[in-house]
Amino acid sequence: MTVTNVDKDLDACTLTITAEFDAPLERVWELWADPRKLERWWGPPSYPATFERFEFEPGGTVTYFMTSPEGERFYGLWRVVAVDPPRSLDVEDSFADADGNVNPDMPTGQMHMRLTEEDGRTRMELISVNETKEAMQQLLDMGAAEGMQQAIGQMDALLAE
Amino acid sequence: MQSGSGRAAALTYNQVVVDNVDQLFSGLADPTRRDILRRCAIDAPSVTRLAEAYPMSFAAVQKHVAVLERAGLVAKERRGRETLVHTEAAAVAQARRALDELEDLWRGRVARMSEVLSEQGNPQ
Repeated sequence: MTVTNVDKDLDACTLTITAEFDAPLERVWELWADPRKLERWWGPPSYPATFERFEFEPGGTVTYFMTSPEGERFYGLWRVVAVDPPRSLDVEDSFADADGNVNPDMPTGQMHMRLTEEDGRTRMELISVNETKEAMQQLLDMGAAEGMQQAIGQMDALLAE
Repeated sequence: MQSGSGRAAALTYNQVVVDNVDQLFSGLADPTRRDILRRCAIDAPSVTRLAEAYPMSFAAVQKHVAVLERAGLVAKERRGRETLVHTEAAAVAQARRALDELEDLWRGRVARMSEVLSEQGNPQ
Protein backbone atom coordinates (compact mmCIF):
# COMPACT_ATOMS: atom_id res chain seq x y z
CA MET A 1 0.00 0.00 0.00
CA THR A 2 1.77 3.12 -1.13
CA VAL A 3 -1.25 5.46 -1.24
CA THR A 4 -1.88 6.31 2.40
CA ASN A 5 -4.65 8.88 2.14
CA VAL A 6 -7.07 10.31 -0.39
CA ASP A 7 -9.22 13.35 0.20
CA LYS A 8 -11.76 14.49 -2.36
CA ASP A 9 -13.44 17.84 -1.92
CA LEU A 10 -16.22 18.07 -4.45
CA ASP A 11 -17.08 21.64 -3.48
CA ALA A 12 -13.53 22.88 -4.03
CA CYS A 13 -12.97 20.46 -6.94
CA THR A 14 -9.78 19.35 -5.20
CA LEU A 15 -8.14 15.97 -4.89
CA THR A 16 -5.41 15.50 -2.26
CA ILE A 17 -3.49 12.26 -2.44
CA THR A 18 -0.76 11.20 -0.03
CA ALA A 19 1.62 8.38 -0.88
CA GLU A 20 4.64 6.81 0.79
CA PHE A 21 7.58 5.34 -1.05
CA ASP A 22 10.24 3.08 0.35
CA ALA A 23 13.02 5.18 -1.17
CA PRO A 24 15.05 8.25 -0.25
CA LEU A 25 13.67 11.66 -1.16
CA GLU A 26 16.20 12.35 -3.92
CA ARG A 27 15.17 9.26 -5.84
CA VAL A 28 11.48 10.19 -5.69
CA TRP A 29 12.37 13.71 -6.82
CA GLU A 30 14.23 12.24 -9.82
CA LEU A 31 10.95 10.65 -10.96
CA TRP A 32 9.68 14.21 -11.53
CA ALA A 33 12.87 16.00 -12.53
CA ASP A 34 14.18 13.51 -15.09
CA PRO A 35 11.91 13.48 -18.17
CA ARG A 36 12.97 9.91 -19.10
CA LYS A 37 11.85 8.71 -15.66
CA LEU A 38 8.76 10.93 -15.65
CA GLU A 39 7.47 9.43 -18.87
CA ARG A 40 7.67 5.95 -17.39
CA TRP A 41 4.80 6.72 -14.99
CA TRP A 42 2.92 9.87 -16.12
CA GLY A 43 0.81 8.18 -18.77
CA PRO A 44 -1.09 4.91 -18.29
CA PRO A 45 0.48 1.95 -20.15
CA SER A 46 -2.14 2.27 -22.91
CA TYR A 47 -1.38 6.03 -23.30
CA PRO A 48 2.38 6.39 -22.78
CA ALA A 49 3.68 9.93 -22.34
CA THR A 50 6.62 11.46 -24.19
CA PHE A 51 8.12 14.66 -22.82
CA GLU A 52 9.70 17.04 -25.33
CA ARG A 53 10.54 20.55 -24.11
CA PHE A 54 11.67 20.31 -20.49
CA GLU A 55 12.44 23.66 -18.85
CA PHE A 56 12.32 22.58 -15.23
CA GLU A 57 12.63 26.06 -13.71
CA PRO A 58 10.24 28.80 -12.51
CA GLY A 59 8.42 30.23 -15.54
CA GLY A 60 9.65 27.33 -17.68
CA THR A 61 7.60 25.32 -20.13
CA VAL A 62 7.34 21.56 -20.29
CA THR A 63 5.57 19.94 -23.22
CA TYR A 64 4.45 16.35 -23.62
CA PHE A 65 2.11 14.18 -25.59
CA MET A 66 0.29 10.97 -24.80
CA THR A 67 -0.09 8.42 -27.58
CA SER A 68 -3.33 6.47 -27.92
CA PRO A 69 -3.31 2.77 -28.90
CA GLU A 70 -4.31 3.96 -32.40
CA GLY A 71 -1.27 6.25 -32.54
CA GLU A 72 -3.17 9.50 -32.00
CA ARG A 73 -1.31 12.12 -29.96
CA PHE A 74 -2.87 14.19 -27.16
CA TYR A 75 -0.69 17.16 -26.32
CA GLY A 76 -0.26 18.72 -22.89
CA LEU A 77 1.76 21.59 -21.49
CA TRP A 78 3.02 22.49 -18.03
CA ARG A 79 3.86 25.99 -17.00
CA VAL A 80 6.28 25.62 -14.10
CA VAL A 81 5.08 28.07 -11.43
CA ALA A 82 7.64 27.16 -8.75
CA VAL A 83 10.24 24.47 -8.33
CA ASP A 84 12.32 23.92 -5.18
CA PRO A 85 14.57 20.89 -5.72
CA PRO A 86 14.35 18.31 -4.28
CA ARG A 87 11.21 19.12 -2.29
CA SER A 88 8.41 20.85 -4.13
CA LEU A 89 6.93 21.54 -7.52
CA ASP A 90 3.95 23.69 -8.57
CA VAL A 91 2.73 23.54 -12.14
CA GLU A 92 -0.24 24.57 -14.25
CA ASP A 93 -1.25 21.76 -16.56
CA SER A 94 -3.09 22.62 -19.78
CA PHE A 95 -4.23 21.02 -22.99
CA ALA A 96 -2.08 22.12 -25.93
CA ASP A 97 -1.50 21.57 -29.63
CA ALA A 98 1.48 20.01 -31.39
CA ASP A 99 3.22 23.42 -31.56
CA GLY A 100 3.03 23.93 -27.79
CA ASN A 101 0.17 26.45 -27.79
CA VAL A 102 -2.21 26.18 -24.83
CA ASN A 103 -5.78 25.36 -25.85
CA PRO A 104 -7.76 28.23 -24.27
CA ASP A 105 -11.06 26.35 -24.67
CA MET A 106 -9.98 23.65 -22.25
CA PRO A 107 -9.59 24.14 -18.50
CA THR A 108 -6.15 24.48 -16.92
CA GLY A 109 -5.48 22.64 -13.67
CA GLN A 110 -3.02 23.32 -10.89
CA MET A 111 -0.83 20.71 -9.30
CA HIS A 112 1.10 21.13 -6.05
CA MET A 113 3.58 18.43 -5.12
CA ARG A 114 5.53 18.23 -1.83
CA LEU A 115 8.07 15.65 -0.68
CA THR A 116 9.15 14.98 2.90
CA GLU A 117 11.53 12.30 4.16
CA GLU A 118 11.33 10.30 7.35
CA ASP A 119 13.53 7.32 8.28
CA GLY A 120 14.64 6.79 4.69
CA ARG A 121 11.03 6.74 3.41
CA THR A 122 9.53 9.52 1.35
CA ARG A 123 6.05 10.96 1.68
CA MET A 124 4.55 12.64 -1.36
CA GLU A 125 1.58 14.95 -1.00
CA LEU A 126 -0.11 15.91 -4.21
CA ILE A 127 -2.89 18.45 -4.45
CA SER A 128 -4.76 18.67 -7.71
CA VAL A 129 -6.89 21.82 -7.78
CA ASN A 130 -9.81 22.26 -10.15
CA GLU A 131 -7.98 19.69 -12.18
CA THR A 132 -10.70 18.69 -14.56
CA LYS A 133 -8.16 18.00 -17.29
CA GLU A 134 -6.95 14.64 -16.02
CA ALA A 135 -10.42 13.40 -15.30
CA MET A 136 -11.44 14.66 -18.69
CA GLN A 137 -8.55 12.97 -20.42
CA GLN A 138 -10.01 9.74 -19.16
CA LEU A 139 -13.50 10.79 -20.19
CA LEU A 140 -12.02 11.67 -23.56
CA ASP A 141 -10.40 8.28 -23.82
CA MET A 142 -13.64 6.57 -22.94
CA GLY A 143 -15.65 9.01 -25.02
CA ALA A 144 -13.44 8.41 -28.04
CA ALA A 145 -14.42 4.75 -28.09
CA GLU A 146 -18.06 5.21 -27.11
CA GLY A 147 -18.53 8.31 -29.24
CA MET A 148 -17.06 6.58 -32.25
CA GLN A 149 -19.41 3.63 -31.95
CA GLN A 150 -22.35 5.90 -31.32
CA ALA A 151 -21.43 8.12 -34.28
CA ILE A 152 -21.02 5.18 -36.62
CA GLY A 153 -24.28 3.71 -35.33
CA GLN A 154 -26.03 7.01 -36.03
CA MET A 155 -24.56 7.20 -39.53
CA ASP A 156 -25.63 3.64 -40.27
CA ALA A 157 -29.14 4.51 -39.10
CA LEU A 158 -29.18 7.60 -41.33
CA LEU A 159 -27.89 5.66 -44.33
CA ALA A 160 -30.55 2.98 -43.78
CA GLU A 161 -33.38 5.55 -43.90
CA MET B 1 -14.25 7.82 -45.68
CA GLN B 2 -16.40 6.35 -42.99
CA SER B 3 -13.60 6.27 -40.43
CA GLY B 4 -12.83 9.91 -41.26
CA SER B 5 -16.39 11.06 -40.60
CA GLY B 6 -16.60 8.80 -37.55
CA ARG B 7 -13.52 10.47 -36.13
CA ALA B 8 -14.89 13.96 -36.68
CA ALA B 9 -18.15 12.96 -35.02
CA ALA B 10 -16.26 11.41 -32.11
CA LEU B 11 -14.25 14.61 -31.61
CA THR B 12 -17.47 16.62 -31.54
CA TYR B 13 -18.84 14.17 -29.02
CA ASN B 14 -15.65 14.57 -26.92
CA GLN B 15 -15.96 18.33 -26.98
CA VAL B 16 -19.50 18.00 -25.63
CA VAL B 17 -18.29 15.69 -22.86
CA VAL B 18 -15.49 18.11 -22.00
CA ASP B 19 -17.76 21.16 -22.01
CA ASN B 20 -20.22 19.38 -19.74
CA VAL B 21 -17.62 18.48 -17.15
CA ASP B 22 -16.16 21.97 -17.21
CA GLN B 23 -19.63 23.49 -16.74
CA LEU B 24 -20.37 20.99 -13.98
CA PHE B 25 -17.37 22.20 -12.02
CA SER B 26 -18.02 25.89 -12.59
CA GLY B 27 -21.59 25.20 -11.51
CA LEU B 28 -20.30 23.77 -8.24
CA ALA B 29 -17.62 26.41 -7.71
CA ASP B 30 -19.81 28.87 -5.77
CA PRO B 31 -21.18 28.52 -2.20
CA THR B 32 -24.60 30.01 -3.05
CA ARG B 33 -25.00 27.65 -5.97
CA ARG B 34 -24.02 24.67 -3.81
CA ASP B 35 -26.60 25.77 -1.25
CA ILE B 36 -29.23 26.11 -3.98
CA LEU B 37 -28.35 22.55 -5.07
CA ARG B 38 -28.83 21.25 -1.53
CA ARG B 39 -32.19 22.99 -1.14
CA CYS B 40 -33.44 21.83 -4.51
CA ALA B 41 -32.39 18.26 -3.77
CA ILE B 42 -34.63 18.09 -0.69
CA ASP B 43 -37.51 20.04 -2.15
CA ALA B 44 -38.46 21.64 -5.46
CA PRO B 45 -38.89 25.29 -4.42
CA SER B 46 -40.01 28.02 -6.77
CA VAL B 47 -37.44 30.61 -7.90
CA THR B 48 -39.36 33.18 -5.84
CA ARG B 49 -39.11 31.09 -2.67
CA LEU B 50 -35.41 30.42 -3.34
CA ALA B 51 -34.75 34.13 -3.77
CA GLU B 52 -36.30 34.82 -0.35
CA ALA B 53 -33.69 32.54 1.27
CA TYR B 54 -30.67 34.58 0.21
CA PRO B 55 -29.59 38.12 1.05
CA MET B 56 -29.35 39.05 -2.61
CA SER B 57 -31.61 40.28 -5.37
CA PHE B 58 -34.11 38.07 -7.19
CA ALA B 59 -32.10 38.69 -10.38
CA ALA B 60 -28.87 37.49 -8.72
CA VAL B 61 -30.51 34.26 -7.52
CA GLN B 62 -32.07 33.78 -10.94
CA LYS B 63 -28.60 34.10 -12.47
CA HIS B 64 -27.19 31.39 -10.18
CA VAL B 65 -30.09 29.12 -11.13
CA ALA B 66 -29.35 29.80 -14.80
CA VAL B 67 -25.68 28.76 -14.35
CA LEU B 68 -26.80 25.57 -12.61
CA GLU B 69 -29.33 24.90 -15.33
CA ARG B 70 -26.72 25.31 -18.09
CA ALA B 71 -24.49 22.84 -16.23
CA GLY B 72 -27.38 20.38 -16.14
CA LEU B 73 -27.24 20.38 -12.33
CA VAL B 74 -30.82 21.61 -11.91
CA ALA B 75 -33.91 21.57 -14.09
CA LYS B 76 -36.77 24.08 -14.09
CA GLU B 77 -40.38 23.11 -14.37
CA ARG B 78 -43.28 25.42 -15.01
CA ARG B 79 -46.14 24.88 -12.52
CA GLY B 80 -48.98 27.34 -13.07
CA ARG B 81 -47.56 30.80 -12.46
CA GLU B 82 -44.52 29.42 -10.65
CA THR B 83 -41.22 28.03 -11.87
CA LEU B 84 -40.04 25.14 -9.70
CA VAL B 85 -36.38 24.14 -9.50
CA HIS B 86 -35.10 20.65 -8.72
CA THR B 87 -31.60 19.16 -8.52
CA GLU B 88 -30.55 16.66 -11.17
CA ALA B 89 -28.98 13.91 -9.08
CA ALA B 90 -27.33 12.27 -12.10
CA ALA B 91 -25.33 15.40 -12.92
CA VAL B 92 -24.08 15.73 -9.34
CA ALA B 93 -23.05 12.07 -9.48
CA GLN B 94 -21.18 12.80 -12.72
CA ALA B 95 -19.09 15.51 -11.05
CA ARG B 96 -18.28 13.05 -8.28
CA ARG B 97 -17.30 10.45 -10.86
CA ALA B 98 -14.89 12.92 -12.49
CA LEU B 99 -13.07 13.24 -9.15
CA ASP B 100 -13.15 9.45 -8.70
CA GLU B 101 -11.53 9.10 -12.11
CA LEU B 102 -8.88 11.61 -11.13
CA GLU B 103 -8.23 9.52 -8.02
CA ASP B 104 -7.89 6.34 -10.11
CA LEU B 105 -5.49 8.12 -12.43
CA TRP B 106 -3.25 9.17 -9.52
CA ARG B 107 -3.43 5.75 -7.86
CA GLY B 108 -2.17 4.32 -11.15
CA ARG B 109 0.61 6.88 -11.29
CA VAL B 110 1.70 6.22 -7.70
CA ALA B 111 1.78 2.46 -8.41
CA ARG B 112 3.96 3.05 -11.49
CA MET B 113 6.26 5.38 -9.52
CA SER B 114 6.76 2.60 -6.95
CA GLU B 115 7.56 0.16 -9.74
CA VAL B 116 10.18 2.43 -11.26
CA LEU B 117 11.70 3.00 -7.80
CA SER B 118 11.85 -0.72 -6.99
CA GLU B 119 13.55 -1.47 -10.33
CA GLN B 120 16.17 1.15 -9.57
CA GLY B 121 16.59 -0.31 -6.09
CA ASN B 122 17.19 -3.82 -7.46
CA PRO B 123 19.02 -3.46 -10.78
CA GLN B 124 18.78 -6.65 -12.83
